Amino acid sequence: MSDQRIVALSGRPVEDLTVQAVRDGEVSLPDLRIHPAALEHQAEVAERHANPQLAENLRRAAELTVLGDAEVLAIYDALRPGRSTPAQLTRLAESLAGRGLPRCAALVAEAAQVYARRGLSA
Amino acid sequence: MTQLAGEQPDRPVGRIRFMNAQRVNLDGFAIEDPGLGLVALASPGDPTPSLVITDGRVTELDGVAEADFDAIDAYIARHGLDLAVAPAAMALSDLAFARLLAHPDVPRAEVVTLVAGATPAKLARVLALLRPPELIAAMAKLRARRTPSNQAHVTNRLDDPLLLAADSATAAAFGFREIETTVPVLADAPSNAVACLIGAAVGAQGVLIQCSVEEALELELGMRGLTSYAETISLYGTEQVFTDGDDTPWSKAFLTSAYASRGMKMRVSSGAGAEVLMAGAEGKSMLYLESRCVALARAIGAQGVQNGGIDGASVAASVPGGLRELMAENVMVMARNLESCSGNDALMSESDMRRTSRTLPIVLAGSDFMFSGFGSIQRYDNMFGPSNFNAEDIDDFLAMQRDWGVDGGLRTVPADQIAALRRDAAQACRAVYRHLGLADFSDEHVERAVDAAGSKDLGETDTLAVVGAAQAIREGGITVVDVVAALDEAGYEAEADRIMAMTRARLAGDYLQTSAIFDERLGVLSLVTDPNDYAGPGTGYEPSAERQREINAIRQARGVDDLRAEQARFAAPLLAVSGPAAAGQDPREVVIGVSPAVGRDVWRCLSGLTVPQVLAELLAGLEEEGCTGRVVRFGDTVDLGRIGLAAARLAGSGIGIGLQGKGTALIHRRDLAPLANLELYSVAPTVTPELYRLLGANAARHAKGATPDPARNPYSDEAIEARYHTTVIALMALERAWVRPDAGPEELSMEGLR
Repeated sequence: MSDQRIVALSGRPVEDLTVQAVRDGEVSLPDLRIHPAALEHQAEVAERHANPQLAENLRRAAELTVLGDAEVLAIYDALRPGRSTPAQLTRLAESLAGRGLPRCAALVAEAAQVYARRGLSA
Repeated sequence: MTQLAGEQPDRPVGRIRFMNAQRVNLDGFAIEDPGLGLVALASPGDPTPSLVITDGRVTELDGVAEADFDAIDAYIARHGLDLAVAPAAMALSDLAFARLLAHPDVPRAEVVTLVAGATPAKLARVLALLRPPELIAAMAKLRARRTPSNQAHVTNRLDDPLLLAADSATAAAFGFREIETTVPVLADAPSNAVACLIGAAVGAQGVLIQCSVEEALELELGMRGLTSYAETISLYGTEQVFTDGDDTPWSKAFLTSAYASRGMKMRVSSGAGAEVLMAGAEGKSMLYLESRCVALARAIGAQGVQNGGIDGASVAASVPGGLRELMAENVMVMARNLESCSGNDALMSESDMRRTSRTLPIVLAGSDFMFSGFGSIQRYDNMFGPSNFNAEDIDDFLAMQRDWGVDGGLRTVPADQIAALRRDAAQACRAVYRHLGLADFSDEHVERAVDAAGSKDLGETDTLAVVGAAQAIREGGITVVDVVAALDEAGYEAEADRIMAMTRARLAGDYLQTSAIFDERLGVLSLVTDPNDYAGPGTGYEPSAERQREINAIRQARGVDDLRAEQARFAAPLLAVSGPAAAGQDPREVVIGVSPAVGRDVWRCLSGLTVPQVLAELLAGLEEEGCTGRVVRFGDTVDLGRIGLAAARLAGSGIGIGLQGKGTALIHRRDLAPLANLELYSVAPTVTPELYRLLGANAARHAKGATPDPARNPYSDEAIEARYHTTVIALMALERAWVRPDAGPEELSMEGLR
């Protein structure tokens, strides 16, 4: 995406992320995290290259950039077999939808349905 | 007295006992058993392909109605299929479909579009029809990235950081574009990630690093920027085994997005045999179950798949058609428009021939990653278990690339460069560990890591220090920024720069696309930027002239100039010309005729004996039998028969010995045809001083009119020709260069030969 200015999740342009900046103590982890705009751009590229599923994944990822690491891991754990009741998953889905993560919400909501039918719920 | 087989009915005859003792018979071979899933390509239990779409929704998939979908069916039905092309894909006969995959004239894009509408059972049936050459053709065409590549395992028994760093630098220098590490001790994982990160940055720019551990920890290491990809996100072909693996398609889909959300490349892992080993194959063939995995991989949005057996490779290899199945898995991934990391990462046989047979077709066809872990370290240090190829096989692999003129992703690195990189890597790693207060390593430890061929060469190390360092990394929240700062402070600015440059490049996200790797200038090569355009001869990937030179220039290659220099090291102030040679009269005189370059450019025989040593033995043999000898050089021919015959014609006895500089020798008689002879040592590399002496003695016996027991070539079962033919060619070129058609025979001084 050389035609676009690339910024880190923190909003800093990537050109700023140099060893000198590290030396000056001006780089922290959010400066090294990918920005949702970059993921959205990649989703468009994936779509153009015959992989809508990869595009969807990258758009879910774009949503997840707003969540902290611990919460991401907690959601993953909630989706593992036998961890959550259908109601818990449904509430999780609603919460995600409410916070602007509609694609992740849809994934969790769908899991709630299938888990209930296939005995994968707590 | 030897017991004969016939007297003992249970004991096989010697021929069978001999065959039984070959290494291939250490392998397990299974009788096909579809009930257990011990069947490669097709099982009676595999469903008949079917797809029913009702109002834009899949209501039947491979014989299962929507209400009965298991979790895998449900996910694939909802997300995995292109319903617009599905009717056409499903209507196409299996054979017509298979031909589309294999035929070079059908563009990749057309195949990929159609496969997106094929159900798992359909695609399994199609792949099962491809025979080996068709699998190779299909792989060459269908892999996503034009440029093939390779991945290395870098691990050791001790999780020793300095050795990991040195070995990562080595692997990066050899050309591996991904390095995968893992741990024998889970707690060590953060330390391994840091050590490999540093080492790879020393070895080359743009190498991706993976630390394969439990999923939450792996994700955590990635979130801190210490690793840059993941591939051990396992998928399974049955719901039961999937659930036993403590995941569901939805948890894996979420995890896939979680990696991408932190800008990390990832691929999933599946492959034949996993379900069989868990007694959960449900009577299905390996290829069908894998087809479910690959369809699911595409459905959850993973960019690629590591398959081709992986941990179950030897299960597939135990049944008929098993290796074909493993390759079909890879091709299936490519046909689903995904990156293939093509297995070959588990030692699937005790037999060198079988393991080569397993890997070779994939190397010939070319894959995104030919190995999902070539063991760049020795077998015993591979904490994934030995790979199908390991450090023991790197030179073999480099030779294979060169033999076939294909790019397997590796290159030769000069020995001094390897030494320098290993030293830089070990020292940089020590400096970072010291700077971050993780651990302190001694100078001796650095030296041992630099020189070590494996962890057994390290001696006693403090493994508790590694656990401590790993704990400090994890609990101290050490990130890639800290590693960069430490490298910079310790004076490793170039390495710090490399890691920062890669960190910046990753933020663009281009390397999240299918089949992406970084090249050594941090350019991304992927389905998007480097699409495979193979369409038969003259198309597709071809190594650049520069890359081809790299492939060809293995360090063992020698030319005539190398040989001339080596021969010159053995030159001695002997064999000076004393004048033209005339015919002798003494009936006990034998002439030793030597080839044109002897005493000029050629001084050493293939056996390692020098020409003067050989002449001394021949002369001693003659004298033992009461004869005399003289040495005459013939400059008009390199042919040993003609040299021997010409020598015989000068000899008073009529008996001559011919000796080529390379050591081939014969006895000739003046009345024989040039190509006849009395005795011949044709296998020059194996002739000993004693045998040359015997040849001299026998020549003397012929001179005296006796009939000696002929000297015989020593027997060897080694690949003598493979070892010496290139030297022979160069030696003969040196000989040929001295040929003058009008050269007369020259008497050579025997001073110093006795």
